[in-house]
Amino acid sequence: MADVAGTISASTLPARYRGPADTAFKVVVVSLSSFIILLAVAMAVMIWLEARPTFRAFGYLDFLTETTWDPVNAIHGALPFIFGTLLTSFLALALAIVPALGVAIFVTEFAPKWLANIINYTVDLLAAIPSVVIGLWAVFNFAPFMRDTFYMPIYLWAEESAPWLVPLLGAPSTYNLATATLILALMIVPYTVALSRDAIGQVPIEQREAAYALGSTRWEVIRDAVLPYARTGVIAGILLSLARALGETMAVAMLIGNRNRMPFTLFGPAATMPSLIINEFREAVEVLHYSSIMAVGFYLFVVTIGINLLASYIQRKLSITKGGV
Amino acid sequence: MSNPVNGSVRMETKDLSVRYGPAIYGIQNVSMPVHANKVTALIGPSGCGKSTFLRALNRMHDLNSDVEITGQALLDGEDIYAPQVDAVVVRRKIGMVFQKPTPFPTKSIYDNVAAGLRLVGIRKKQVLDEAVEKALTGAALWDEVKDRLKSPGGSLSGGQQQRLCIARALAVEPEVLLMDEPTSSLDPASTLRVESLIKQLKDQVTIIIVTHNMQQAQRVSDYTAFFFVGELVEVSPTGTIFGSPREERTKEYLSGAFS
Repeated sequence: MADVAGTISASTLPARYRGPADTAFKVVVVSLSSFIILLAVAMAVMIWLEARPTFRAFGYLDFLTETTWDPVNAIHGALPFIFGTLLTSFLALALAIVPALGVAIFVTEFAPKWLANIINYTVDLLAAIPSVVIGLWAVFNFAPFMRDTFYMPIYLWAEESAPWLVPLLGAPSTYNLATATLILALMIVPYTVALSRDAIGQVPIEQREAAYALGSTRWEVIRDAVLPYARTGVIAGILLSLARALGETMAVAMLIGNRNRMPFTLFGPAATMPSLIINEFREAVEVLHYSSIMAVGFYLFVVTIGINLLASYIQRKLSITKGGV
Repeated sequence: MSNPVNGSVRMETKDLSVRYGPAIYGIQNVSMPVHANKVTALIGPSGCGKSTFLRALNRMHDLNSDVEITGQALLDGEDIYAPQVDAVVVRRKIGMVFQKPTPFPTKSIYDNVAAGLRLVGIRKKQVLDEAVEKALTGAALWDEVKDRLKSPGGSLSGGQQQRLCIARALAVEPEVLLMDEPTSSLDPASTLRVESLIKQLKDQVTIIIVTHNMQQAQRVSDYTAFFFVGELVEVSPTGTIFGSPREERTKEYLSGAFS
């Protein structure tokens, strides 16, 4: 085959085109990249191996659908935490999308430069606050405030006038699903803003001008030219924000109240996969307890990877430049 | 004035200047007429201000707050820069086709052409259908796309995309059509199609075209305006300017003394 490859194949190149630095560089970058991939795979395999006692004891599916988590009686089910994670994340995302898109459109299309800069810095700052600090503030200020100002009056009103709502709301506790979701929404807004802002910023000036030249108003330009062109990036950004919400641990663990048993109520305590892990990893001395925490971690890993893959699939599928942007 | 006499003055600029800063002129004191149902070509070396002038004619410079415009640009005798005039309305009357084809890539061919009509509130399917067919026929694209009106505008070839953009601009029945080097990104065959289209279209609409290509100006235009360093050197019937230009600078440019 070497002969067929012709005269410009690497082996036949004159020596001056084959520096040792090139070879060394290639070896370094290839081994570093392989190391990263191997690390991720090894981690997944290790978590799975550690979780095996649980899968053996309950089975993959039964572990997934069991609603009780009772280490004392050696019953372990992941459903409350999977449900709690999906519920808080999707609710938080639903709350975050519209305001985040609004901010992104405002800073890219309407705000004067100085104001856009201030907003962008503030949004980035919000993303940089450690989640434990946000959690701390919420534990002592936001959560009691929300309970007294909103949840209690709503609950009392429901008891009086809409009794059918009561089982859904539950008796308000200080740390609960609703507060954790609100804080989670606050924490993912900066991500959604930053990612959709970048997607909108990449819309070519020609697209905007084409819409203006047709006699579009500013809003019509955004609706007809900017948002359709940016939709791929915006959707991918939303999915990446979702992946972040799914994995967010500290603030949620501090605020959600940590109840390991379904059913959950809106104003009552609940739990998520990360909050379970952070709360129980120190106490897990029994093999089954330990491996069940690992199994929850394994499912969290799978769900987050799934969301990330979905994000890149959508980006490719909808992309205007077919994989470019 | 909606049906002006062929050849009468449709647009006219008076001392029109565009500045990008206190002393940076894009164009300076340009006064020239644009005749109805004729093709006017703007030629000149790169950076001479011909595109700047073109974009001043439908207030595209409004999008850049650093740009300052003085003088007048009259459409049927009315200054488009008058304080009470809305730029959005101006652009509905004066359409534009750009250098690069700019279809809305996520919209279908049909929706691309209908976009301008929907902006003015036309919703009836029958009206839209007729207008889309008419505009696509006008842009010499109907036969090629009539069976796939629902496919995305981005799926067409470059030349087809540019004709789609022309159809999109024609659909709203503008009074004037501005074309900014509409063939510079097209292959020779597509260029010829667009050129013959321009010649057909002048019955319906007054056309102003910026071109780098002097042969193109000769082929398609009735009048030619030569710009040099932000100034209008001369504007004459195309035959005159290429045959016996009045100005020495025009003569030099046309003979290739500078480009």
